[in-house]
Amino acid sequence: MKVEAKHELESAKKVMTGADVLINALVEAEVDTIFGYPGGAVLPIYDAIYRSNAQFEHVLSRHEQGSIHAAEGYARVTGKPGVVIATSGPGATNLVTGITDAMMDSLPIVIFTGQVASNVIGTDAFQEADVMGITTPITKYNYQVNQLSELPGIVKEAFHVASTGRPGPVVVDIPKNISAELSTAVYESHFELPGYQPNKTPNPLQIIKLTDALSRAKKPIVLAGAGVIFAKATNELIEFAEKYHLPVTNTLLGLGCFPGSHQLSLGMAGMHGTYAANMGLYECDLLINIGARFDDRLTGNLKHFAPHAKVAHIDIDPAEIGKNVQTEIPVVADAKEALEALLKRSVELGDQLVWKERLARYKQDYPLWYERSDQQISPQWLLERVHQITDGEAIVTTDVGQHQMWAAQFYSFEKPNRWVTSGGLGTMGFGFPAAIGAQLGAPGELVVSVVGDGGFQMTAQELAVVKERNLPIKILIVNNQALGMVRQWQESFYEERYSESLFVQNPDFVKLADSYGIRGMRVNKEEDVQEVLEEAIGFDGPVVVDCQVVQQTCVYPMIAPGKGIHEMIGVSK
Amino acid sequence: MRRIITATVQDRSGVLNRITGMLHKRQFNIESISVGASETEGLSKMTFVVEVSDHQKLEQLTKQLNKQIDVLKVSDITEKAIVARELALIKVGGSGQLRAEIQGIITPFRATVIDVSRDSLTIQVTGRPDKVEALIALLRPYGIKELTKTGVTAFLRGQQPNQVTELNSFTI
Repeated sequence: MKVEAKHELESAKKVMTGADVLINALVEAEVDTIFGYPGGAVLPIYDAIYRSNAQFEHVLSRHEQGSIHAAEGYARVTGKPGVVIATSGPGATNLVTGITDAMMDSLPIVIFTGQVASNVIGTDAFQEADVMGITTPITKYNYQVNQLSELPGIVKEAFHVASTGRPGPVVVDIPKNISAELSTAVYESHFELPGYQPNKTPNPLQIIKLTDALSRAKKPIVLAGAGVIFAKATNELIEFAEKYHLPVTNTLLGLGCFPGSHQLSLGMAGMHGTYAANMGLYECDLLINIGARFDDRLTGNLKHFAPHAKVAHIDIDPAEIGKNVQTEIPVVADAKEALEALLKRSVELGDQLVWKERLARYKQDYPLWYERSDQQISPQWLLERVHQITDGEAIVTTDVGQHQMWAAQFYSFEKPNRWVTSGGLGTMGFGFPAAIGAQLGAPGELVVSVVGDGGFQMTAQELAVVKERNLPIKILIVNNQALGMVRQWQESFYEERYSESLFVQNPDFVKLADSYGIRGMRVNKEEDVQEVLEEAIGFDGPVVVDCQVVQQTCVYPMIAPGKGIHEMIGVSK
Repeated sequence: MRRIITATVQDRSGVLNRITGMLHKRQFNIESISVGASETEGLSKMTFVVEVSDHQKLEQLTKQLNKQIDVLKVSDITEKAIVARELALIKVGGSGQLRAEIQGIITPFRATVIDVSRDSLTIQVTGRPDKVEALIALLRPYGIKELTKTGVTAFLRGQQPNQVTELNSFTI
């Protein structure tokens, strides 16, 4: 009897590796998908994944950059943290672009990097890189694990930091000796962060100031950014706008947080935004910014940005308030809580008929426009067709550049979390791997990846992942045989000296897809577009469509660099 | 304008690197930083002397410091009644008669000679930066061979007067 009890006690004290401790911590954090790539310093972690019967998927990319962009797409669509594992040295440094991208666009990502063993850190060991030093400026926070006992607490803290307040990427660097360490101890996952207490609730005085300003305003406008999406505050925003009949404009990353077809929507503002949105921002006397950070691609020359307006700024990150634009009414809060507080108060608005008529006229007289080519496919028309065929319901991912702007302009978004694009960092090669993460995060949804021929070639190797998992992603290459936006700027500002922006040699994208066992299609005439797109989108499986479009098309309207928001060029034909 | 900013931070690894990295990345002009233990175990105190162009920049600086996860509290104490000190070690050339002359200069500054060699002596001075600067200026003609300063460390006086005047404020 006694012997038996002792035996039981011993078997309860299971010997685990540090990597097993990590896996348990990931299970506790309710991780369902991991994007990663193995290597020397993470061998113990991959061994633990192999042995584990935990219910998560590991998605093997073909380059670490593919892993992190997929995790970003997953985070964008699900609102949950994306999880990445990479090895030390080159594995970690291959993540740098994606980590920076997530930092700029406030995406919750938790990244686990392997590190060389503790006793050789600092000796330039094989595959050693100073991951802490490299990632400090590009993460919300980062950790190096010094003792196994810290690991569960660090993992819990990392998920907390990544997904609360203003979300962002968090790196956990784990030396190999720690993931390999054997232990029978049970560790606590307790953490304390006295210096990190994000404030979600607005100051009632500022809410009163804001509603008072609203009651006095003659020309109010709402600028809604991605903060509304992170706070899941779309319904509150619609209610607030409708209550006071406020015109709403979106930032690039805010698209979808307010329905694009809504009567009060002015569309996207900024460098390639609508004339109505930008003139609204220029002429307004009250600007209510909800969850946007006044990025320079939005404001244009700050001297001319909302020059006559009282500015109210609702942001969970106090450091964004007053950073670029002087703000009279600062509201440090979660967008949802701030909007709820605003909705609780009711004020009478003055007569704004003149203002509304003015904006309505801008909207009517200067809609987004483009010229149809009689030879080849016009890219804007192509994006309009994609919208029509998908009923505007698809999740759309893009890189950066012309195709991104055309998608933003002509694929009108009605719902949040369906627009996955690289805004702040402007990363080529983002859109396609992000679509993989988006599709895994939203398995039943239609995911359309709109990419350029340049950007697609930066991460095209991830086609292997699409095939492996038979992800039914529709990859539309807006192929203009050029780095379109670079070409456009060279045309406009460098006297048509097209330095290194025109591709002489592109791969045969149909054959490329075919080599991965993926269906490839090509379209180069407008009359075939409808049929090809319908076929591709209706197809039960992944498809790559090489859409050959006019090379010379430029994105308009535009605020030229250094110009004010009221100095748009190309507002009409 | 020159400001004195103090920050209470958690003693976590890399905290100084995080903060100086952020200041560098956001192009703040730091004249000095001093760091050391505080009255509470696990917490350190940092004192920054910074040169900022306007109030907007200053607000950004305090907000960006506060945003750091390891930072618990940030105070701009420039316009408060404070005590602020720095320490300088100054090695000057000198032997024989010169030594007596130097001794005569440093005495009113309550500076002390802490090392003497055949042809040089090392002086330690503690005080407000203007006082330290004044002594350095006086010693310069004797040939300063080596100079090192700790940077300012500061905190609020035990009692804040109703009005901070030039007498109890700290001029920088």
